[in-house]
Amino acid sequence: MGLATQHKKLEKNINLLAIFSFIAVSIGGIVEIAPLFWIDNTIEEVEGMRPYTPLEQAGRNIYVREGCYACHSQMIRPFRDEVERYGHYSLAAESMYDHPFQWGSKRTGPDLARVGGRYSDEWHVQHLEDPQSVVPESIMPKYSFLGETPLNTDNAFDMLVALRRVGVPYSDRDIGEAMADMILQADPDSGGDVEDFQQRYPKAQVRDFDGDPSKLTEMDALVAYLQMLGTLVDVDSAAAQERLAEEKGR
Amino acid sequence: MQAEAALGRVALWFVVLVLSVILAGTARDTGFAAHATILGILAFVMIWVTASRFDPLGKAQGFFKMPEGPSRYDDDPVRWGVLATMFWALVGLLAGVFIASQLAFPQLNIEPYFNFGRVRPLHTSAVIFAFGGNILIASSFYVVQRTCRAQLAFPALARFVFWGYQLFIVLAASGYLFGVTQSREYAEPEWYVDLWLTIVWVAYLIVFVGTLARRKEPHIYVANWFYLSFIITIAMLHIVNNLAVPVAWNGSLSFSAFAGVQDALTQWWYGHNAVAFFLTVPFLAMMYYFVPKQAERPVYSYRLSIIHFWSLIFLYIWAGPHHLHYTALPDWAQTLGMVFSVILWMPSWGGMINGLMTLNGAWDKVRTDPIIRMMVMAMAFYGMATFEGPMLSIKAVNSLSHYTDWTVGHVHSGALGWNGLISFAAVYFLVPRLWKRERMYSLRMINWHFWFATLGIVFYAASMWVAGITQGLMWREYGPDGYLVNSFAETVAALHELYIIRALGGVMYLSGAIIMGYNVWMTIGGRLREEKPMGAMPAYDPDKDRPIAGSASPEPAE
Repeated sequence: MGLATQHKKLEKNINLLAIFSFIAVSIGGIVEIAPLFWIDNTIEEVEGMRPYTPLEQAGRNIYVREGCYACHSQMIRPFRDEVERYGHYSLAAESMYDHPFQWGSKRTGPDLARVGGRYSDEWHVQHLEDPQSVVPESIMPKYSFLGETPLNTDNAFDMLVALRRVGVPYSDRDIGEAMADMILQADPDSGGDVEDFQQRYPKAQVRDFDGDPSKLTEMDALVAYLQMLGTLVDVDSAAAQERLAEEKGR
Repeated sequence: MQAEAALGRVALWFVVLVLSVILAGTARDTGFAAHATILGILAFVMIWVTASRFDPLGKAQGFFKMPEGPSRYDDDPVRWGVLATMFWALVGLLAGVFIASQLAFPQLNIEPYFNFGRVRPLHTSAVIFAFGGNILIASSFYVVQRTCRAQLAFPALARFVFWGYQLFIVLAASGYLFGVTQSREYAEPEWYVDLWLTIVWVAYLIVFVGTLARRKEPHIYVANWFYLSFIITIAMLHIVNNLAVPVAWNGSLSFSAFAGVQDALTQWWYGHNAVAFFLTVPFLAMMYYFVPKQAERPVYSYRLSIIHFWSLIFLYIWAGPHHLHYTALPDWAQTLGMVFSVILWMPSWGGMINGLMTLNGAWDKVRTDPIIRMMVMAMAFYGMATFEGPMLSIKAVNSLSHYTDWTVGHVHSGALGWNGLISFAAVYFLVPRLWKRERMYSLRMINWHFWFATLGIVFYAASMWVAGITQGLMWREYGPDGYLVNSFAETVAALHELYIIRALGGVMYLSGAIIMGYNVWMTIGGRLREEKPMGAMPAYDPDKDRPIAGSASPEPAE
């Protein structure tokens, strides 16, 4: 009865019981999570990754607000069928600026990790306004209010400051220009310097996204976000393939 | 109430009111403004209430016929907790039926506030944290007093825990509808709601440990080990997973401290252990108290309870990565998560065996006592779900099941079968004792509830298994030409009938809970339903105990 006798000490002392419980529940997390922050090959660097533009980030915030993750994943697994259906499997680096991550856990709808560029802006707008009008089998809710809701641009500066605090490498200039950038990306005629913007945010798509150039709406932001998903890293280019072959972590 | 005290409170609430008006006025988004308004309304009501010296709790306590006077144990927070449990159970299950119906009939989405994406976290939070959380707080306050033979420590703080937790629920739930969410599964509330919950949770820990410290029994009873580790671990998980930087002090938006891979593993370390330490460990505590009590049998094995307690809490923490199989999470972490998940099967079944074997010598009660019947079914579902879980965590199985409704079916057989039924059984145990009634209003209604719930789970789980496997197989189906056979839309259309069956299962489960609500209501009202006792044998009748004589018109045989 060694075990039971020994255990009586714990049973009679709250502090001991609490401390031992806490130790028991701490170990697993420390062993599994902590190394992810210092093992180098957790995130293999890839070319092309950059922080989100203010407009894309605003679109991402809407994606988060509406709980899209409940039905859409953003994580393509390395299986033949998934790669053929959605594109190259997702790389860790592709979500390195995602606060929070939106990998999802359920595919009531398809994966969106590489949905960028697959459909036209017009398709996205119509699909969001009335999903069943373009995909009759769809069970997705309507999001037509996005096209009528003006995008909140006041937050742009503070948003980028907060993101820099959690580690996203925005430059002082990016932060200073945040609101102007947000407006510029959906309205190239607004008078801003598109070239400078695209230099700071390579591959950023600059155009009116929601089909109504007269106003900047949440629809602009969400479509801008959807249209850039998975487009930053050219996984199929030779250079990228070579880097992938050198990966050791997976 | 003394006039000075009342004045002081009015002043305090007035400060809160002014603050909330400032917050509402300067808020950057409607969600935050709405929350500040809720706080403001609350403060205004409290000013009015305090000023007019109207005692709403006293009135409500009379309305709910709460026994008065200094009882031996401090049960008022428990009574409120049981009422809150009933209320949130109905809200959460109704929300579940609603979103299940939305998946079958998308026309039911009402944009923007009642779109699936906003109501879904309302459902999960309402059932897990509101229904589950309230029965856990209530039952822990009940159990810790009885097993320590001591009154609740810090009675005022205990009341703060109850009401503070309700405020947390209201802020969280309304937030989702307004679009205030972190979209981290099961950790959706935003930063300021998280901070509030942290305060409430620390108060909860103080009350619980304080009561343990006052115990008159030398040993801490096994149920309390489980409650204690639940409170400590949830605090750890909640704080680490919700580390975030708000965009502004007067706005709801925040960004998580971690990104991508690290964020994913932190979140699922939290997410899986919300299952472990919110939905398993403290519910086992309930099992360790209520099953022996109701069966009037001692716990089967003391040594088994030691072994399975320590191995369960140690192993569960490791299992998180099985939610991230084949993702960009490093392979070593995935494998580690899988191995520990499979090992977990053993301590889980240790708990089930200890619970079921407690009924040794009392198995006849499964026939005569519907509460025992409910407990047995709960433990059976616990055993089934904790077998299915390790199986789904095997990478090869997970490659099929992940992202499909199989996971949803698995979660619900655990949540509806284990958490739901053991909580209902605990409420049926508690209500007559808390309100000093002879028994529940109707035992037969408990039996009806049992069958509605059980059948509902069967419909639910079976349809989701079929849906999940169907979808998983359709996604990976190749034709002889070497191309994928199904478009994604076709795999959605294939599930329509199964989603209807699932919604029906939910309606049945909800119906059972409504019957329960009526039963509890009538019990609190002091009524006893006249009914045939459950499982009673017909009385012995010597006249019937004889052979049929001659050709006289025979009586029907018994």
